[in-house]
Order: sequence, then structure tokens, then C-alpha cells
Amino acid sequence: MASLSIRSLGKRFGPVDVLHDINLEVEPGEFVVLVGPSGCGKSTLLAMIAGLESITTGEIRIGARRVNEVPPRDRDIAMVFQSYALYPTMTVRRNITFGMESRRVPKAAQAAALARVASLLQIEPLLDRKPAQLSGGQRQRVAMGRALVREPALFLFDEPLSNLDAKLRVEMRTEIKKLHQTLGKTTVYVTHDQVEAMTLASRIAVMHQGRVQQFDRPRIVYERPANMFVAGFMGAPAMNFLPAALATVADRPCVLLPADGAAPVALPLPPVAGEAALVPGRRVILGIRPETIGLAPAAGAAATVEAVAEVVEPTGPDTMVVARLGGRQVIARFDPDTAPDPGDRITLALDPSRACLFDADTHRLI
Amino acid sequence: MPYPQAGSAGPAAIMQRLRRLPLTPPLVLAPSLIATLVYVVGFALWSAWMSVSTSTLLPRYGYAGFVHYRALWSNHRWGIAYTNLFLFGSLYVAGAALLGLLLAILIDQRVRAEALWRTVFLYPLAISFVVTGTVWRWIFNPTSGVQHLVRSLGWHDFSFDWIVRRDTAIYTVVITGIWHASGFAMALFLAGLRAVDPDLIKAAQIDGAAMPRIYLRIILPTIRPLFVAVLVILLQFAIKTFDLVLALTSGGPGIATTVPAIYVYDLMFQRGQLAEGAAAAVMILAALVVVLVPYGMWASWRRSRV
Ligand SMILES: Nc1ncnc2c1ncn2[C@@H]1O[C@H](COP(=O)(O)OP(=O)(O)O)[C@@H](O)[C@H]1O
Ligand SMILES: [Mg+2]
Repeated sequence: MASLSIRSLGKRFGPVDVLHDINLEVEPGEFVVLVGPSGCGKSTLLAMIAGLESITTGEIRIGARRVNEVPPRDRDIAMVFQSYALYPTMTVRRNITFGMESRRVPKAAQAAALARVASLLQIEPLLDRKPAQLSGGQRQRVAMGRALVREPALFLFDEPLSNLDAKLRVEMRTEIKKLHQTLGKTTVYVTHDQVEAMTLASRIAVMHQGRVQQFDRPRIVYERPANMFVAGFMGAPAMNFLPAALATVADRPCVLLPADGAAPVALPLPPVAGEAALVPGRRVILGIRPETIGLAPAAGAAATVEAVAEVVEPTGPDTMVVARLGGRQVIARFDPDTAPDPGDRITLALDPSRACLFDADTHRLI
Repeated sequence: MPYPQAGSAGPAAIMQRLRRLPLTPPLVLAPSLIATLVYVVGFALWSAWMSVSTSTLLPRYGYAGFVHYRALWSNHRWGIAYTNLFLFGSLYVAGAALLGLLLAILIDQRVRAEALWRTVFLYPLAISFVVTGTVWRWIFNPTSGVQHLVRSLGWHDFSFDWIVRRDTAIYTVVITGIWHASGFAMALFLAGLRAVDPDLIKAAQIDGAAMPRIYLRIILPTIRPLFVAVLVILLQFAIKTFDLVLALTSGGPGIATTVPAIYVYDLMFQRGQLAEGAAAAVMILAALVVVLVPYGMWASWRRSRV
């Protein structure tokens, strides 16, 4: 087990700046997920940790050792690739032992390590097959086996589940989490799937356009997203964003939300970090998660707004309702029993204590 | 659609209807299949028949038995030609494939001006055998080529006279052939190397394998089917060798570099011995069979083992 520190890391491909000033301190045994949209630089960052890409600026330390100039084989890492990258002409057995052969591990130790990993991943019956004779899920297991057999200081995963079908993906996700709980190895895991990030991570680094937007525990990232990009990226359906303004009503700061035709609705202030920023008249964006919107029993209660249900989408456990509120579309997650019908006039109860306020210009969390 | 459509009879509509017919694939393949059958199988059988016929200058269809084969094998010149075929064939195929592979691996290391190197090495293939042979004849010629050049630079006892010596002349043919074809092998191998999943190489690097081991154990085994393709193509170049030898050595000195193709041409069209020429042609086919049948058996054995 080792820690990983990434300090002021930058990467440039010719004239293109791909990563800017990345700083991450990963504790020993942590499971850190790098998540972000395609092309944001996740794989490049992982390849730099692995030593497969050169470092333009900054430094990477694994444990106490600076590894900037250390070749991949000496970094004490193991990696699982999105394509699995199994050696196609070798059997599963040779795939798993190839690394040990390259490092001249004694035959007896190789056999013991192979047996341990094969039973851990339940791939004993596959050992004499070639990769082409395996299903997607089996290949995935073998790729994991090849990484696990090394007992490295650091595990790296690059979208290991994105080539699996939905059901298998969920199963393997659970299995990876279980493996991490058993082995407790420091892990960096890349995905573009925010659900994977939320379920697996001890901490999530949300990336966008080559920068880390937020690096924190999943719950914080979800509930207190650092900016509107993170707020919109994490969670499906995405957080609702409603333009609003700060005001003072009866000596108490509140948020004025424009409503259909009628006067703006004054909502109690969501939790904010800097009280000093609460200048009346400041333009803000109110961020509301679909599941924090409820149906009010009666109009006129506190923190309620009138809206019209436009589209109703049952998903099974929940029903998504797209409503029109103050000229904006809002998505709410309702219990199937209480969901309205399309066209209904409804009263939505908002929960300001679970809402977020963003600056209308910088899009940062206030 | 960029062009106007006349009802449903536009070219696109016709193509679509054609595609739906179950007959289309056989119909499209038929011309080349028929041509292959007639030219390859048909003429091979005809040659076989001719080789046991009483033909001389013109085809005759009487049966003569195996006299022409006996005549062929009792001829010293044919023995040399047949030995040369195997000697030249194996050295040329192995040499061109190995050199091509080596060049491809070197270029695969992301060298500068890669396109230039590729063109330079591929260029010889664009030059006909006759020109190649003529130019290399000058290069090998002791009085005008390398020997002359080195001697005029001051090394007066330098000697490079392979082309005029009976025991070494065939190697000048091999060298010229390799020069001509290795760029072609390189192009095929390079395409194959470039198609290998780069993640495989990254995985092997993390697995601690050094570059030679990565090539030997992972990349080259992955492109094994390509080796077969390259070897088969080179092999049929080797067996067809005719104009290269003619231009380079004219089969000489003496008969030292005669190859079966020259021999067949001589018998059939110079000396009017059609039947014996056909027998020689059948022996060339036999040489191919000797190489390809064991390979085919080996390949299907491997497949059954997987
Ligand atoms: N070898 C390379 N040369 C030039 N640009 C590259 C190279 N590799 C990646 N990039 C660019 O870097 C950016 C980040 O790529 P990548 O790390 O693969 O993104 P992600 O894994 O987050 O989808 C992309 O815009 C991509 O085009
Ligand atoms: Mg990627």
C-alpha cells in the first residue's frame, strides 16, 4: 500500500494543453475515482501515473518516491485497460504469469500467485483458454487477474467496465468494491459514469477540460458541488438550475425565484459558506436536485411554487415529471403513487436546506 | 440525395433491389471464379496432359508416358535449375521477409520523416525486374561496379566478383531479389504492426517486459497471419523469377544461375519441345505443392488444437 501525490501536474501534446495544474493527494488504501466527460484528460492523467505518458510539468510521487523519470515497470503499479489488452496469442494462464516471467519470479512462486488469483476471481476453469474464447465478463475478470497477481503498491483502472452490458457492469462494480474492501490497495479508477464514481469512490475527482473541478467524498460532491459543472455532471437526471436573485424580506436574507405571471416567490436561503457574499440584488442560480422536490399538500405553504406538469416519465421505482416553472423546465422525482398527470397544475414543495446557490457569473458555489 | 431520382428506378434503388437478391453474391463472384478456374486449374491440367503427350513444336494429343520426365531429370542443366529454385527461393523469401520485418520494426519506432523512409524502401518494387537486373548487373560487374569503385579509392586488392563466379553467381540473384522485395514486405509488416492494439504494448511495459521481449512474445505472434501472407506472396515471386535472372546474369556464367522458368521457356519456345517444357512446368508446380501442402496440414492441425 502506498500513497500517491500529484503536484502541479501539467501535460501538453505539442501545442495542445491537455492537463493544467492537477493536484491530488491520495492516502494509502484509498479508492479515488477520476470522473468527467469524454476528452477531459482522465486517461492521460492515468497514463502519466503509470509512466506511459511523459510528464510536461509538475511531479508524481508514489509513496515517498518521485517517479517522474521511473519507467512503468519500476513504478510498482498494475493497470486494467478499457480494452482489457489481453495478449491474444497467449492462454489465460500465460496472460496472468507473463509479468512474473518478465520479472524472473521463480516458477513455484508464479504457480502459487496464479492459484491465489484464479480462485479469488473464480477463473480456474478458464486458465487454458485463449482470450478470443472468453465472454466479455470473463475477459474482464482475466484482466483483473493479471493486475491482481502483481500485488502492486498502486492499482490503476481505465474505464474497466464500459465494454460490459448494463447488468454485468453492475455486478462487476460490486465485485470491484468487494475486492478493494478485502485487499485495501490504493486505487485510482477512471470512468465517465457518475454512478460508478459515486458507488465506488472513497473520494471523487471530477475533471473537466483538463482541470480537477472538485476532489472530495462522494456525498460532498453530490450535495455541495463546487460549481455548476460538477452539479450538472453528478446525478441523473441532472440538478435543476433556476436563475434567481438574492433579497432581504422581513430582515432575513432570502432567494427570489421568478414564478409564472405572479410575483416572485421568496424562498428561505439554502446553506451558504460565505455570509458576506449575501448582497441583496446579487444574481444567483438556484440548484435543486430532482429528488428534493415534492408535491405540496396545499398551495400557499412555505417554499412552494406553482407549476404545470408537461411530461410524465415512469421509470419503475420513481416517476420523473418535467414541469414548467417560471418559464423554465424543471425535473422532479416523484413516488409513482403521487405522480400527477400531464397537464395538471401542481404545487411543488422545494427544500431550500438541500438546495445549492451558485454565482450567476462565475458558476461557483456560494 | 445529390442527384435527381427518376421514380424508384434511380441507380440507388436498383442497387438496393440487387442487394436484396440472394443470387447477387454468386453472380458478382462468378466472373473471377470462372477466370480462376479456367486459367489456374484448367491450364494446369492442360500442362499436365501435355507433359505426357507426344507434342513437339505444336500440341499433339497422343500419349507418350513419362519419357519427358525421364529426359528432364537426366538433363544436368535441369538439375541445376531445380536446385537453384530451392536455393534462391528459400534464401530470397527468408531474406526479404526478415529484412522487411527489421525495417518495419525500425520505422515503427516513430522515426522522423517516416513517410520518406517508407517511400524510399517501397520504391524498388515500382521498378521492373528488367531494369533492376540491368542496374545490379552493372553494380556487381567487377570492371564497372563495386569492385572497380573500391579499387579506385585505393584498396587495390579488393575483390567482389561474385557475379562472374559459378559458385557464387546465384547469390547475386538472391541479393538483387531481396533488394527488390524487402520494401514490399516492410510495407505489409508495418501495416500489421500499426494495427496492433497499443494497449497491448502498454500492458506489456507495465508487466516489466523489455522492448525485444514485447516484440518477440506479443507483437509478432499477434501478426502471425501476416507472416503467412508475406511468405506466400514472396514464394510466388520466387517461383516466377525469370526476367530478373535473364537481365542480371542471363542464367550464367555458363548455366550456373539457370532457373526452372527460364528452362521451361527455352524448351517450349526456343527448342520446340512442348511436352518436355510442360513436364518441367509440372515440376515447378510440384515444388510449390511440396512447400504449401505441409504448411496447409500444419495450419489445419493448429486450428484443430485451439
Ligand atoms: N497522444 C495524443 N496526442 C495528442 N492529443 C492527445 C493524445 N492523447 C490524448 N490527446 C488529447 O487529450 C485530450 C484528453 O484525452 P483523454 O485523456 O484520452 O481523455 P478521456 O480519457 O478523459 O476521455 C483529448 O482532447 C485528446 O484528444
Ligand atoms: Mg479515456
